[in-house]
Amino acid sequence: MRKLLFESLFRPALTEHAPSSDDAAVTELATAVGHAARRRLGRSLSIREVDAGSCNGCELEIHALNNAFYDVERFGLRFVASPRHADVLIVTGPVTKNMREALARTYDAVPNPKWVVAIGDCARDGGCFAGSYAVVGGVAEVVPVDLHIPGCPPTPNAMLKGLLALLEQADSAVVAP
Amino acid sequence: MASLIDHVLEGRDILQRRPWPRAVVSAHLWQFVANELVQGRLSLLGLWAEPSMVHMAIMDEDRAEIAIISLDCPDRTYPSIGRHHPPALRPERAIKDLFGITAVGLPDPRPWLDHNNWGVHVPLGDRIDVSSNAAPYPFLPATGDGVHQIAVGPVHAGIIEPGHFRFTASGETVVRLEQRLGYVHKGIEGLMAGADLERGAQLAGRVSGDSTVAYAFAFSKAAEAALELVVPERAMFLRALMAELERLANHLGDIGAICNDASFTLIHAHCSVLREGVLRASAQAFGHRLMRDVIVPGGVARDLGDEGKKIIQATLDTIRRRFPALVELYDNTASLQDRTVDTGVLKSALARQYAAGGYIGRASGRAFDARRTFAYPPYDALQFEVPVLSEGDVNARVWIRVREIEQSLALIEQILSRLPASALRTKPRPLLEAGEGMAIVEGFRGDVLVWVRLRDGRIERCHLRDPSWFQWPLLEAAIEGNIVADFPLCNQSFNCSYSGHDL
Repeated sequence: MRKLLFESLFRPALTEHAPSSDDAAVTELATAVGHAARRRLGRSLSIREVDAGSCNGCELEIHALNNAFYDVERFGLRFVASPRHADVLIVTGPVTKNMREALARTYDAVPNPKWVVAIGDCARDGGCFAGSYAVVGGVAEVVPVDLHIPGCPPTPNAMLKGLLALLEQADSAVVAP
Repeated sequence: MASLIDHVLEGRDILQRRPWPRAVVSAHLWQFVANELVQGRLSLLGLWAEPSMVHMAIMDEDRAEIAIISLDCPDRTYPSIGRHHPPALRPERAIKDLFGITAVGLPDPRPWLDHNNWGVHVPLGDRIDVSSNAAPYPFLPATGDGVHQIAVGPVHAGIIEPGHFRFTASGETVVRLEQRLGYVHKGIEGLMAGADLERGAQLAGRVSGDSTVAYAFAFSKAAEAALELVVPERAMFLRALMAELERLANHLGDIGAICNDASFTLIHAHCSVLREGVLRASAQAFGHRLMRDVIVPGGVARDLGDEGKKIIQATLDTIRRRFPALVELYDNTASLQDRTVDTGVLKSALARQYAAGGYIGRASGRAFDARRTFAYPPYDALQFEVPVLSEGDVNARVWIRVREIEQSLALIEQILSRLPASALRTKPRPLLEAGEGMAIVEGFRGDVLVWVRLRDGRIERCHLRDPSWFQWPLLEAAIEGNIVADFPLCNQSFNCSYSGHDL
């Protein structure tokens, strides 16, 4: 273990490896997210994730936000375990009828001011599951949505961009809860 | 000697043989099969329905023979299999919810997928409109001195799928765990009915996000069986390549997540980096990080270029260089071993009874892997081993994944070195009469089964059976006697799919 930790000390951080233009874009974006978050929230934005019916694809990519390449925590964006600790609710999936109440209750448990980010194509309008007897539709049918990030699933990059947009929006005008 | 499957089918009209035979049987034979399941001479692969018929896929594991038997139920009843053979319990409850067909003698009549929120009962059968009114769900009782309940979910603390776990604990020890699932039921089988092949493949690829390749693969194979379509050789190799990349990414993620649940975050951090490498390589090679919508009926939608090949090879090299140190660290960290060894033990007998697939079955002595047992192309032409352990604990499930990562690396290298040149897709022709097909594909989690009937170029009925159907109930058994705090660890080592199960 010591060897691994030691190596990690001397290896350059993965996020700073910028061989391709793609990675450079991440770094630039990440810096921007950091500045905006600091201005608005003093370097802390707590996020609670709710899967309201997704296929789990979006969850996989939200997980990726925490890996060493994206490492969202360095901007103060933090995933928390309880909605009561959260500023932002990230919701994925077409909302299934069996999850409607759980989503609404989770939203109610988040203290004001709060924002909702709907992630993925299904979260907009039910996506390819729209029209099913078991599906309500998009997230906005159940809770007010401040921002939608499209994709099936959206890449971690796209999510980072989206969170930046949310912070900018929150910066220019207080979003009504 | 005639096999058991031959005996079951003897004298019956074989309706289709694509690639496995299906026959309509009598209630008497249905019950004979139930008894063979109980005796362990046959395994249950799936149990599903149509508005007035139930189907059961059974396997003779020693001979790798499969049959589908169908029972007409004009009065909407059939003799319960679950009454004798518990793995059938949840499928029978789901059939009741979706089709209104009752298993006579079913010991657990509670609804399973239907939480009384849909505004309709039996949505795939007679559709009875009702007002949504979620009624309390009666959990199984557990009584005794100092026994208390812990209710968890459907919204969990982590970034995971929703489901409800009801623990009954005595002090710290779990006396009983009961799962309640169905929260992410999206009605996919309902959406499949009437869809064309393209939409069918799209929906199949969204049954379970972590297995999008496996599902698109299985659906396409089933449709190709129904249409008697021959897939170009290159497409077959590319499909296997994607399936192995998917396995690699998921196993890397799982090993990290299991260690994370034992509060050993270092391995998690390193595994996440390796996983990200696989996803990025997949994106560059196939245009999508999870390789979604690349496998289509008839072949694949896009080719792998030289650049993609190079990137995948470079990713393999990185994993080969970095992964062994992580395995060594896992093996030599006493505090971590203390959490995983002897935790959440799944007995071999139960794994066999439930025909549990994937690392769950193989960590408990069940040497089944659809790639080996059915040797579907291109795996018939590739060299690989199927690792099997018998301990059945969290540690064994970690080690199966470790060994499978090594096998997948070797498989990908073989595929890259022998990728044949050919067309990518045989265009499906619309079939006028009805055609049926079934396929079983080894996903990272276990065997994914898809059965489909096509008519006039559209899907008449499609059933998608996730391996989790026969794994979730085993988690209830494996956690018994463990402490509550070890549940996340056990759950992560099983990593069953909620969405794939709820459908």
